[in-house]
Amino acid sequence: MPTPAISLKRINKRFGPVWANRDIDLTVMPGTIHGIVGENGAGKSTLMSILYGFYTADSGEIAINGKPLSIQSSQQAIDAGIGMVHQHFMLVETFSVLENVLLGAEEKSLLSKVLNHGRKALQRIGKAHGMEVDPDAIVGELPVGMQQRVEILKALYRGARILILDEPTGVLTPQEADRLFEILDQLRSNGVTVLLITHKLREIMHICDQVSVMRQGEMVAHRRIVATSTDELASLMVGRKVGLMENKPSTQIGEARLTASGVHYTDSRGIERLHNINLELRSGEILGVAGVAGNGQSELLKILSGVITAQQGELHILTSKGEQRFVANESRDARLFRQLGVGHVPEDRLKQGLVPNFAASENAILGYEGDAKYGQHLLSTDNIVADTKTMMASFDVRPAIPELKTANFSGGNQQKLIIAREMMRQPDILIVGQPTRGVDIGAIEFIHQQLIKARDEGAAVLLVSVELEEILALSDRIIVMVDGRISGEVMPSQTNEQELGLLMSNAASTIRETLEVTLPEEVSP
Amino acid sequence: MDVLSWVYSSMDSSLRLAVPLVFAALGGIYAERSGIVDIGLEGKMLMAAFAAAATSALTGSPMLGLVSAVLSSVLMAMMHGFAVITWRGDQIISGLAINFFASGLTVTIGHALFDMGGQTPTLSNDQRFNALEWPGAQWVAEHVPVLGSFYHDVISGHNVLVYLAFLLVPVAAFVLFKTRFGLRVRAMGEEPKAADTAGISVSKVRYQALIITGVMCGFSGAYLSMAQNAAFVREMTAGQGYIALAAVILGKWRPVGAMLGCLLFGVLSAMETRLQSVELPIIGEMPTQLFSALPYILTVVLLAGFIGRSIAPKAIGQPYIKER
Repeated sequence: MPTPAISLKRINKRFGPVWANRDIDLTVMPGTIHGIVGENGAGKSTLMSILYGFYTADSGEIAINGKPLSIQSSQQAIDAGIGMVHQHFMLVETFSVLENVLLGAEEKSLLSKVLNHGRKALQRIGKAHGMEVDPDAIVGELPVGMQQRVEILKALYRGARILILDEPTGVLTPQEADRLFEILDQLRSNGVTVLLITHKLREIMHICDQVSVMRQGEMVAHRRIVATSTDELASLMVGRKVGLMENKPSTQIGEARLTASGVHYTDSRGIERLHNINLELRSGEILGVAGVAGNGQSELLKILSGVITAQQGELHILTSKGEQRFVANESRDARLFRQLGVGHVPEDRLKQGLVPNFAASENAILGYEGDAKYGQHLLSTDNIVADTKTMMASFDVRPAIPELKTANFSGGNQQKLIIAREMMRQPDILIVGQPTRGVDIGAIEFIHQQLIKARDEGAAVLLVSVELEEILALSDRIIVMVDGRISGEVMPSQTNEQELGLLMSNAASTIRETLEVTLPEEVSP
Repeated sequence: MDVLSWVYSSMDSSLRLAVPLVFAALGGIYAERSGIVDIGLEGKMLMAAFAAAATSALTGSPMLGLVSAVLSSVLMAMMHGFAVITWRGDQIISGLAINFFASGLTVTIGHALFDMGGQTPTLSNDQRFNALEWPGAQWVAEHVPVLGSFYHDVISGHNVLVYLAFLLVPVAAFVLFKTRFGLRVRAMGEEPKAADTAGISVSKVRYQALIITGVMCGFSGAYLSMAQNAAFVREMTAGQGYIALAAVILGKWRPVGAMLGCLLFGVLSAMETRLQSVELPIIGEMPTQLFSALPYILTVVLLAGFIGRSIAPKAIGQPYIKER
């Protein structure tokens, strides 16, 4: 039996009273792709940080290629042949590819010599592993998939023979993800050991040789891929049986609640974020908005919830609380939308959804603090706390302590609190952004049920998510966004991730752009 | 006085007035490129100006004065570094503290040492940096038309610090854009996390950058009290640290650009004294206050659109904290 590339024995790490890692054992054989799955907060990232020298373990042994090692810093990890591709890329956007690759690995003090040598080495490595990148391109101008390739090249340039990838597909289109898997496959055949951290079980099944499952800081199982299944892994991750794919009953789709016509939005830096958006949201339906993050979904959410104003186009809202037409450039605010019965679950819960330093009860009324029952001039604490308790009970927010600081709740419970706040008023329209981002599987299941329940009660739900599985599982209708445009509309029953991926990729938009050039278009000011 | 010699002598004094700004602006570029806002340029210059004049007055050696200026300024830079790198304090507050500290300390020590109301004694010529006459300057001025007097009036006849300032501009450009150290400094200012994961110590590089900032402000202060003037006077920097910072922004955090900004401000302050009570055709007598205000007005106007967007290093002003 060959020497394991990585061998971890009884690794322990505590943050205060919390065991982030407890008695972790892990053996990874060289030249394999080894998956590590687990819910958020299961301790995957901590374990990888220990391996990469960000944290030092409280106790335990690490051996790389059979040699016992104490890794105190990233530099030591790099020296031991470990490379890491972080979820949020560690790249200097204003630097060229070459400068990024060389940063920290420049052997001479004058750049001109380093650059020449580095350029050759980079091209050689790129060729060997099937990922060529222009060394002089500015990283900030490259697409995300390419930037990720730069990250991988950076690790390989430093002589990495063990590559850790942390949630590598989170920002990629399915096509880019497939390309990444080809690269990983190539790396494996070149003898590189890959550790793949993800919560996407399909990816594990698709590419890995081995998988280890973590739950609440402990390693609960090691499996060979051929001897396991998605269902088994999901149950191991949460510790009970889960069904992620809801069977949704067919619904009664009613009248149009929210209509957007010809919406254009250009941001303060002059970049056009939304281009001619037309959509209709009907009661009793969930309209899914699919797309790679950053293609205008954030702006769409903000416009539909009244946070920002479009420069062109109209919104028409018709709810049980009233009807209103909003023209372009007319000032408005989120409060008015709320009064019309528009609930909004923002995509960034810590920046837009909550004030992390507030007590849960204060966040539970945020945006509704003007309601008469919370007091006219002085806040009525009793009513607020009572309402918070109701929300916490019906939306399973744990711990159910209204006075607790919101930052101390887990991501899933924070999200449930926001959803409780927005849904308790039974809004006719519910605008939802990334409802399950960074939320554990148990909470995802619950949140999905709540969204379906709202729809079944007649709400019109707009769901923006980068998780295709989520969009496919929940939506009655799906629109896809690329470059601020709607690139297509599909029915979930008649599509699959591949087709969505194609609509999400830039390939489709390029074709359309070339077609549009021939059409006369109004010039925006 | 004919027009040509008026122009040349104006250029000459513009250069001299730009020198302290150039030193300080270069210092500012190193700090800000590494991600640290340094509004404490002013305080470091003041401290250095005092240390230079005091040391030179006591020892009689301008070289010792310069060394003492640099050391005191570096010490102040390290205080800033300790507050904002090691303890991740607010960079603006720390910079302000440096300025207040320098403003108070110089006068206090000056008073204790010399008992002249915070000033230092006037330095004699051998306690200062004096003008260097270039070879043949006099002869060329007399025999070569136009260019000869340019050589004599503008190029020749400055003290060593003037030449050092303008020499350090290309040096800074080279260091920042052509060396490993510069690459690392720029990475700190843009994406310190990326540098950290690449195995570079963020604190170390930022401290190194601040040391250079300290040295530059040291030169700047020494120039003020030992070359441009012949004594330390309380608050003698008079906001030049801030003007230098404005030049950094005008120059888009690039040494040559910042130098041009400094020269522009140098021209403006030269005009301030030269156009005093001069009757100009049509306009009449120009109020000198206008020239004093012009650097600030220009900075605002130029930044508001004439030179295009000036984009600061992305990570500037943010203390670096490792995850969690």
